[in-house]
Amino acid sequence: MVKTLYDGRLATDLAGLHMKTPVTTASGTFGFGLEFTDFLDLEKLGAVTVKGTTLAPRAGNKGQRMVETPSGILNCVGLENPGSDYFLETTLPKLRAYDVPVIVNIAASSPEEYGELAAKLDVDGVDAIEINVSCPNVKDGGMAFGTDAASLASVVRQVRANTRKVVITKLSPNVTSITDMARAAEEAGSDALSLINTLLGMKIDIHRQRPVLGNVTGGLSGPAIRPVAVRMVYQVAQATKLPILGMGGICCADDAVEFFLAGASAVAIGTGNFINPAMAETISQGILAYMDAHHIASLRDMIGLALPGR
Amino acid sequence: MTKHMEDAKVVGQRVLNATTRQIDLIAPVIAADAVPGQFVNVQVTKHSAPLLRRPLGVAAVDRENGVLSLIYRILGEATQLLAEACSGDVLSLVGPLGRGFDLQAKQPLFVGGGTGLAPLLYLADAFRARGIVPDVLMGGRTATELFWKDLYEEKAGLLGLTTDDGSLGTQGTVLALLPDMLSAKAYDCVYVCGPAPMMKAVSAAALAAGLPCQVSLEKYMGCGLGACLSCSCQGVGKRLKVCKDGPVFWAQEVAEW
Repeated sequence: MVKTLYDGRLATDLAGLHMKTPVTTASGTFGFGLEFTDFLDLEKLGAVTVKGTTLAPRAGNKGQRMVETPSGILNCVGLENPGSDYFLETTLPKLRAYDVPVIVNIAASSPEEYGELAAKLDVDGVDAIEINVSCPNVKDGGMAFGTDAASLASVVRQVRANTRKVVITKLSPNVTSITDMARAAEEAGSDALSLINTLLGMKIDIHRQRPVLGNVTGGLSGPAIRPVAVRMVYQVAQATKLPILGMGGICCADDAVEFFLAGASAVAIGTGNFINPAMAETISQGILAYMDAHHIASLRDMIGLALPGR
Repeated sequence: MTKHMEDAKVVGQRVLNATTRQIDLIAPVIAADAVPGQFVNVQVTKHSAPLLRRPLGVAAVDRENGVLSLIYRILGEATQLLAEACSGDVLSLVGPLGRGFDLQAKQPLFVGGGTGLAPLLYLADAFRARGIVPDVLMGGRTATELFWKDLYEEKAGLLGLTTDDGSLGTQGTVLALLPDMLSAKAYDCVYVCGPAPMMKAVSAAALAAGLPCQVSLEKYMGCGLGACLSCSCQGVGKRLKVCKDGPVFWAQEVAEW
């Protein structure tokens, strides 16, 4: 029954990662998935992408970690997570009870540590590794790896050499040329790309005359960044052959459709999970409705329709 | 406890003072499950700004009619929009969320300030339903902030009042009256909900007097479900998620106020 979800019309593929629907969740906005089971059926998602995981537990940043901005939010959580041992021993066994692919987002402070973490997660129940080289909220590594093509390539090579899983590189939008970064990841052996991570931003409390966020700056997400994300997906789709997992402010099926038309093979719901915790499941129905209205038989037929020459 | 997303029809708004309102909503599914200390996440608009839901503590539940009451201060764009909601409007709620109060006490003392007094109202109802009458100590900057005393009049036993400017009750913060109240009766648990400095000081005094103490923490929240970690804080020996592990904690569990 699961195989015929949505009659197979929404089936898609990220370099061998088969998805029943093209909708997954953006890392850091969906916990480990289990937090949302009162609101949706995890098995009706294309994949569950879990919270950024590091080798050792991290407490994250001090002070205020989130603030609302026009049609968006800034966050500086700083990769708080219980660490890879906890994930493997406690969380992954619970996730394995569900028939849904698991994408584990990983972060580390050196290329070697990325490799070590990838090797540790090269276990049954993990279907893909998403390399987080774009977190703007940590000092040791994070976005530094994602904003320099050579550093990015060294991280991707380490992960590639240490895992049999599908390797997805998550690109930072905080760069001058997103296509240069995409090509660097492709040449280093990444199987797929996900974009975009958050845009670096800040908010100042004019009454206290101080930055609102404890970490001063934070990552901007939500509908406010969607046009930037669509533009970058559209550019990267033309610059590499890698399949793209698109994300950035998707809050309804029409938003998701923009990403498919721009060249994404799948999409992730991020900040939208906070607004409507059932969104990652219900959006699939809306994508089907769009396809029906536009006489599109299969999701695959829609990917890249807005690209030049299509 | 199962969490729900429920469309709730506004049945009324009540002006409590210049900036504080009570909104009543028909939400029978959430109302059936919500316990004192829990909160709901309210979507104030279907548009993309303000984007986030607003977490509001449950102030009263009328299970028979499926009505949920929330009390909020108008602080910004979102609460202003909420104040403009009219009877018949429909708002999406997610809830009930979080861990509520432990109701084992036989002689409870409540200490609260500001909208922290809202969840304590529902807690008072729950105690009264068990034949237990709580005493309440409340503080505010000035008399107009203590409109709460009218809401507690029929729920509380002893009512202690403090204001910073002395315009009502004892001058000072709740700490000015707390020692007297603690020595007046053999309380067996103190329940605190208010600004963080109040909770830190009151819980320290309660613990020093050998009394167990529960506090309801407030932190900026994104999801309310334990996923985004915006509201996490340091507990004793472990990280705590205010939205999921709390908002109510035993004072000894909290390491960072």
